[in-house]
Amino acid sequence: MQYIDRLQVRKRINFRLRLNSILKYVFLGATLSGLVVLAILLIRTVSQGFAWIDWNFITGHLSMDPEKAGIMGAILGTFWLMLVVIFFTLILGMGAAIYLELYAKKGRVHSLIQTNIANLAGVPSIVYGILGLTVFVRLMDFGSTVLAGGLTLSLLILPIVIVSSQEALRAVPQTLGEASYGLGASKWQTIRNIDLPTALPSILTGSILALSRAIGETAPLVVLGIPALLIPFPGGFMDRFTALPMQIYYWTLDAALVEEYANLAAASIIILLLMLFILNSIAIYIRNKFQHRF
Amino acid sequence: MTTKNVSVNTANLSTKQLMKEKKSTASFKNVFEKIVPTILFLFAAVSVLTTIAILYTLITEAVHFFQRVSLTEFFTSTNLKPLSQNPSFGLLPLLSGTLLSTMIAMVVAGPIGLMAAIYLSEYASDRVRKLLKPMLELLAGIPTIVYGFFAFTFVTPLLRSIWPEIELTNILSPGLVMGIMIIPMVASLSEDAMTSVPNTMREGAYGLGATKLETAIKVVIPAAISGIVASFVLAISRAIGETMIVTIASGSTKNFSFDVTESMQTMTAYIVEVSSGDAAAGTTVYYSIYAVALTLFTMTFLMNLLAKKIARRFREEY
Repeated sequence: MQYIDRLQVRKRINFRLRLNSILKYVFLGATLSGLVVLAILLIRTVSQGFAWIDWNFITGHLSMDPEKAGIMGAILGTFWLMLVVIFFTLILGMGAAIYLELYAKKGRVHSLIQTNIANLAGVPSIVYGILGLTVFVRLMDFGSTVLAGGLTLSLLILPIVIVSSQEALRAVPQTLGEASYGLGASKWQTIRNIDLPTALPSILTGSILALSRAIGETAPLVVLGIPALLIPFPGGFMDRFTALPMQIYYWTLDAALVEEYANLAAASIIILLLMLFILNSIAIYIRNKFQHRF
Repeated sequence: MTTKNVSVNTANLSTKQLMKEKKSTASFKNVFEKIVPTILFLFAAVSVLTTIAILYTLITEAVHFFQRVSLTEFFTSTNLKPLSQNPSFGLLPLLSGTLLSTMIAMVVAGPIGLMAAIYLSEYASDRVRKLLKPMLELLAGIPTIVYGFFAFTFVTPLLRSIWPEIELTNILSPGLVMGIMIIPMVASLSEDAMTSVPNTMREGAYGLGATKLETAIKVVIPAAISGIVASFVLAISRAIGETMIVTIASGSTKNFSFDVTESMQTMTAYIVEVSSGDAAAGTTVYYSIYAVALTLFTMTFLMNLLAKKIARRFREEY
């Protein structure tokens, strides 16, 4: 009597093996599908907008006429925003990270702040927009200025900057600090001369990545009432401004009226992505060039 | 020689004076050392302050809204006509838009993200993984406004050429694009959960004659299920809060419906529409965005909390 039907077993094994090798490619396909969409997105945007990028487009003023429209105002606005965001997030983010990593006792307050930061990172960006509208634009009466926009975006990316700075500080070996204490340095001296300089490349990398998230944000700016109108170039923190994502947003909406606006939006997207690419490259360069490994 | 000079110089000063001097610089230093942590604590407190400010503004302004519109109307009415003569403020049309776009996004991002996670953690060689993972994460780095543009100018026309009944602005196209955007989130969080499953468990399965596929599905996924579910919940929370894609590509029709071909407004898109419109401060329409935002905030907050709970509670320690 035969307990095992060899043919059946072989069939079954073959089936299992084949299923395994087929699904391997299905899984690979799934992984690549996102990248395919990304490629389509990039190719389409570039082919639609590239022809529209010329010197006049980059340096010119905004105009109703698609042939004459330029986005210098939006580029400058984005730069002004970046200045405000860099200033506030670096100071607040680094300070908070130093406190949480190096000063705070691990207790109730510490875990409260830590949980709070984790929760803030999950708050939708539009809610920050409403906060900015209520507090900065109306309550403090900044209006739709660079300062109001910059502060709102700063709050938005602050959790990311704090967490990445904390990780950077945590990666500094304790032995370095101990050597510094051994030489008679005080706590603050040790932090200023040892911990911060050692962690700085990682902190900067994280902050630049967060910054690139901030300058692509649109929703909070829309809520703040940032226009895309024929306004003068921003020259200070209290000036009204427009930013690249806002420009893209309005041109995409108005494409229903004037078809060429879609091409202008595509061209602006190329500029925005280029800026993000440069920022990310700087971040990667800093990480590779200056980061200490222990 | 110099040391001698110095000692001569100091000898000229009285010891008392020297001690005094030392004390004063030391005390300044001490004060400084004490002030620094306080200042840094204040910096850290900004984040707590932000949370308080968010809650405070949302709640106080939403209270104004609920003094004019009853809670029952807000949560049960299927009519949302903020600008009509006889305005009504029902949340349900916005809720249906948000839930529908989130569901569409998860139908895309859930399976694809999970399959990508399985490939990256179980099948891919180290080299392939190191190449594919950062590329996949590029998807998460593209600004949402770019996805909105893509959904509106490419995906919608494409869908319309296949399925002509679809309206010019519809909920399907932004839902799909949002799904693509969320893939890296599901994939990388699920992959983290799966790679943390110890190899001995895989080896046990291989030893019993299981294929890679069977190992992945019957051993690794069950062991990593809490992390995977948590990644899904986080992705849902992200999709609920996503704004620009739906604002651009889904229009502003406030219908309580579940027809994916229709234009539909989400909660986030409503906030954008009202706040970028001319709603004057103090009107009911103006206050309504705070009520909607409070709902949105509560939903995403609960989702994030849930994700954390799931990840913690069901995590098996190896």
